Order: sequence, then C-alpha cells, then structure tokens
Amino acid sequence: MLTMIGKRLMFAIPSLIGVVIVTFLLTRALPGDPAAYFAGPAASKEAIEQIRKKLGFDKPLIEQFFRYTNDLAHGDFGTSLTTGQPVATEIRNRLPASAELTLLGLIVSITIAIPLGVLAATRPGSWIDHLCRVTTTAGVSLPVFFTGLVLVYVFYFRLGWSPAPLGRLDVFYSAPAHVSGLYLIDALIARDFETFRSALSQLILPAATLAIFSLAPIARMTRASMLAVLASDFVRTARASGLSPSTVIVTYAFRNAMLPVITTLSMVFSFLLGANVLVEKVFAWPGIGSYAVEALISSDFAPVQGFVLTMAVMYVLLNLFIDILYGVIDPRVRLEG
Amino acid sequence: MSSVAPAVEPAAPGRASGLSATFEHVRYVLGENRVTAFAFGLLIIILFAAIFGPYIVPYDPLASDTAAALKPPSAAHWFGTDQLGRDIFSRVIVATRLDTFIAVASVALVFLMGGLAGIAAGYFGGWTDRIVGRIADTIMAFPLFVLAMGIVAALGNTVQNIIIATAIVNFPLYARVARAEANVRRNAGFVQAARLSGNGEARILLVHILPNIMPIMIVQMSLTMGYAILNAAGLSFIGLGVRPPTAEWGIMVAEGATFMVSGEWWIALFPGLALMIAVFCFNLLGDGLRDIVDPQRRT
Repeated sequence: MLTMIGKRLMFAIPSLIGVVIVTFLLTRALPGDPAAYFAGPAASKEAIEQIRKKLGFDKPLIEQFFRYTNDLAHGDFGTSLTTGQPVATEIRNRLPASAELTLLGLIVSITIAIPLGVLAATRPGSWIDHLCRVTTTAGVSLPVFFTGLVLVYVFYFRLGWSPAPLGRLDVFYSAPAHVSGLYLIDALIARDFETFRSALSQLILPAATLAIFSLAPIARMTRASMLAVLASDFVRTARASGLSPSTVIVTYAFRNAMLPVITTLSMVFSFLLGANVLVEKVFAWPGIGSYAVEALISSDFAPVQGFVLTMAVMYVLLNLFIDILYGVIDPRVRLEG
Repeated sequence: MSSVAPAVEPAAPGRASGLSATFEHVRYVLGENRVTAFAFGLLIIILFAAIFGPYIVPYDPLASDTAAALKPPSAAHWFGTDQLGRDIFSRVIVATRLDTFIAVASVALVFLMGGLAGIAAGYFGGWTDRIVGRIADTIMAFPLFVLAMGIVAALGNTVQNIIIATAIVNFPLYARVARAEANVRRNAGFVQAARLSGNGEARILLVHILPNIMPIMIVQMSLTMGYAILNAAGLSFIGLGVRPPTAEWGIMVAEGATFMVSGEWWIALFPGLALMIAVFCFNLLGDGLRDIVDPQRRT
C-alpha cells in the first residue's frame, strides 16, 4: 500500500512541474508586454520600465523561470496591484470559503446521485430510471450561473426562504473563532449554533447550485457501471448461489460499480472547480474564485496567475487522492503497485 | 423510442453517390431515434436564428429606449426590456449568431489542432506520441474552465481569444480519441495497401486514415459543441471576452443577474433559457449520433 502511494506521488510530480511551467508561460512567452500586464492599464512608461526591472523581465527566459519557481518555493505569489496585499496571503484567507462551498456541494451531489444511479440501474424502465435519465440530460445542459440565479429568484425573492445572496454570513453575525476556516465546522467547535444556522442558510443555495451541476455526470456513470456490473458473470453466480438480492447488490455489485464512478470524480472535480468561480460570482461568495474575477476586471494579473496555479495544484492533489482511494477500494490495483 | 420502426432502409454508404447518400443517411439516423430527430429540429431553428436572426427581429438589439426600460414581457416586447429599454427578444435572437460562431469556430480549431496531432501521435507513435501525450496531460492537469480563464486573461480580452482558449482546453479530448482510432488502423490492410502503392506518410494520414475516423470525430465535435457554448458564455459571464453592449447570452445573463434579486426575472431568464436549449440540443444530437456510430458506448 505504501509503495503504491509512493508511486502515485511520483506520478503527480511531472503534472506539478507542467502546471508551474504553463502558469509561468501564460505571462512571459505570450504576445504583448508582460510588464504592462503587471503594471496595469493606467501605468506610465516609467512605471512599466520599473516593474520590468523589478520583476526581472529584462533577464533571459530561463533565468526568469528559476526566479519564478524560487519565489513560489518561498510562498511568494507576487503582489496584487489593486489591494497592495501579497497574493499568497489573500488566497490563503479566501481558500476556506471556496473549499467549504465546493465540498458541501460535492457531498450533497454524491449523496443524491449515487443512490439515484443505483436505483435506476436496479429498476430499468421504472419511473426512477426515467427520472435519472431526465436529470442527467438536463443537468449537463444547465449553465451553472443560470441555475444559481434561478434559485436566488425563487428562494430569495419569491419565497423569502433564504437570505440575500451576499457572502458567507449575515451581517449580524461575526465569524466563529478560526480553527479550520470552514464556518460550519468552526461554529460547531465553538458550540455557536446560531452562527452555524446562519452560515448554513447562506451556504445552501450556492452548494445546491454546484450539486445540481455535478449530479449529472455522477448519476450517469453510476447507472451505467451498475448496469454493466449487474450483467456480469460473478453477479449471476452470486444470484445462482442463492444470496439475497440486497447482498448481491450491496456487497458484490456496488463495490465493483464504484470503481468507474471514482474515476469520473476526477472529471467532476475539474468541472466543479471551474463552476465554483461562476457560483462565487453569482452569490458574492468571498472565495478565491471571486478574488480572481475581481482581479480580472481591474486587469490585475498577479492574483489571476496565483489563482490558476492554486486551482491547478489543488486539482493535481485531488487526482492523487482519487488514485489512492481507488487503490483502497480495488485490491487489484494495490497488488500491481 | 425503439418501438418506432425505421421508415427508411439503412443507408448503404458508398453505393449511392455523394450527396444523396448523405441525405439518405441523415434520414435513417432521424427515423431511428425520435429524440435525435427532435434535437435536429432544434438545430435547424438555431441555425435559422443564427443566419437570418438580425434581419427578422422586430427591434434593433442595440437601440436603447429609456422610456420603455425594465418592462416585463408584453405583446410589444415578447421577452420584456432590459435596464436600457433594449428589446430582449431581439437581443436573444441576434446573439445566436455570435454564440454559435464562437462554438463552431473553437470546435473547428480544436479539430484541426487536436485531431491532427492525435492521428499523427497514433500513427507514428514514438516521440510524436510522447510529445502530444505530454501536452495533453499538462492541459488535463488544470481544471479546464480555470485554464481557459488564465489563457484569456493573458492573451487579452477578445472574442478571438475566447475561441482559442476554448479550443485549447478541449485539445486533450480530441487528441486522445484521434490517437486511439489512428493507432488501431496504423497497420490495417488498406493502410498497408496504400503504403505499398507508394503513398507518402502524410498522404496516408490525411487521405486514408482521416476519413475513416471522421464519424467518431463528428460525434466528438457535436458533444463538445455544447461544452464550448457553456465555456464561452461562462467566460463572458465573468467579464472576459465579449464586451457590452454586444448581444451575447452569457453577458446578458450577467447583466440581468443584478435585477434577479429585485424581481426583474425576464432579463436573465430568456438568454439563460436560450443558452440551455442550445447546449441541450447539441448534447442530445451528440448522444444520438454516438448511439448510431458507436452503439457499444450507449448508456
């Protein structure tokens, strides 16, 4: 098991190097003047020249690259022009907000999608099968920012059930003491149930938006792989041996059917991290996505670069985690490793 | 769906000549599956709006009329008016052309880049394969929308760069499909025959292998078209690429977003619905085409 984890770690390293090279190239090797990007649109000629010197754009590309990786290794992502704050600090402060939103969205989506897919596969042609098919086809066609807006209109404006889509907490509450940065968990640790309720009510709509978005691929894959497994020889044998239907489905079929679903999770994460940006904009969520969007609008490139890098590194790590999880579920992978 | 008996004979490719064979095949595909036929109908409406939209809409999509601002849908303004009094129906119809153009252009571009790189990788193997594979892996290491954001932010805020960014993030998908298909055929009988009769490698790739993997690539294109539309609309929703006052679905939803909380639902709803229908149409079409080209992957 340990050697397998070690091997997977080795596989992740080339991806990380690739990610760093691409984020570096995004600013340096492209047409236009990188110093002008970092100086912002309103900068004078002298200011641009000064920034060029300061950031080392007058040096050869290879030297610039080593300088960039050296800065990254020291946790220096550059400085935002509009706020004057180091990008790394800002991203670290905002990351928990994005993480809380994405994780809750994913958990909600998995708890709905997997049972839906399993039920659809075990009862083909029934209403739940049709429900599954409609959800998966409609789900992939929904622009995530549009779903978010419709939910806001219905649940905030029409029904008044949810609070205004403005940030993580109602203005009357203060953030719970910082432990994990996730308000739900921190509020529980502080035993502050009022804050917990407020944070949850702010979180429900954006998390539901993300859940609706990621529901489709998970349910679709669960249904397809469950159907394939149920038609396989070992399930037939298990049934013929007189095992109860629930044992066959839960112990034999489900565990095997989960393998392709876990592989799909990698793709779901790719979509989810992207959709996160749009959802944060709709709900004025103070995460790293809206930080990048604000920076984009003011042509402030350092935060955007830091954001792309952070997201990519997180994605590589998530994929690593998925690979390891795969090994935990499927002993065959462990043996190969 | 399957209870509907196909009204026409399966097309026999190669027997009937060119155009009529194509028509025959389209009829077969549509007769086989009602959902695909429905999607095809939607596609025709979308294409009609994209081509003739600007000539048939009742109002100028850019003309503002402050006296008629923020009016709900009525007989005069079917989809209502926005904060500047522009007719939303006209804007939604006119936007079809730009949105479809971005999607078609980016899919065509990624087909050229990813498709050709992929068949070269599958056919030649070795270093070509390794380089193409590395590039694809590196792109796949990013969450795709985030990479597209980074590319547009770096290249500059234009429609052209949205097309390029959307093409780049789809590159791995095309390269992989084309690679797998070309790899299977690299030593097929017809390829060896072509090689023995003195065709160059480039000619074998383009004239003998490419046409054979076209059906799978067309399915791929239809499936990614919906994603391309969503990607482009998402980018303009966060303020990248298309700029106001241009009529484009993503930016119209963004403009309507602020009015959603005060109850003017129609500004964001109709462009959002148009977006949804277009994506839905391409997804259904892609699924339907895939069922016919590659029945094993039916889910």
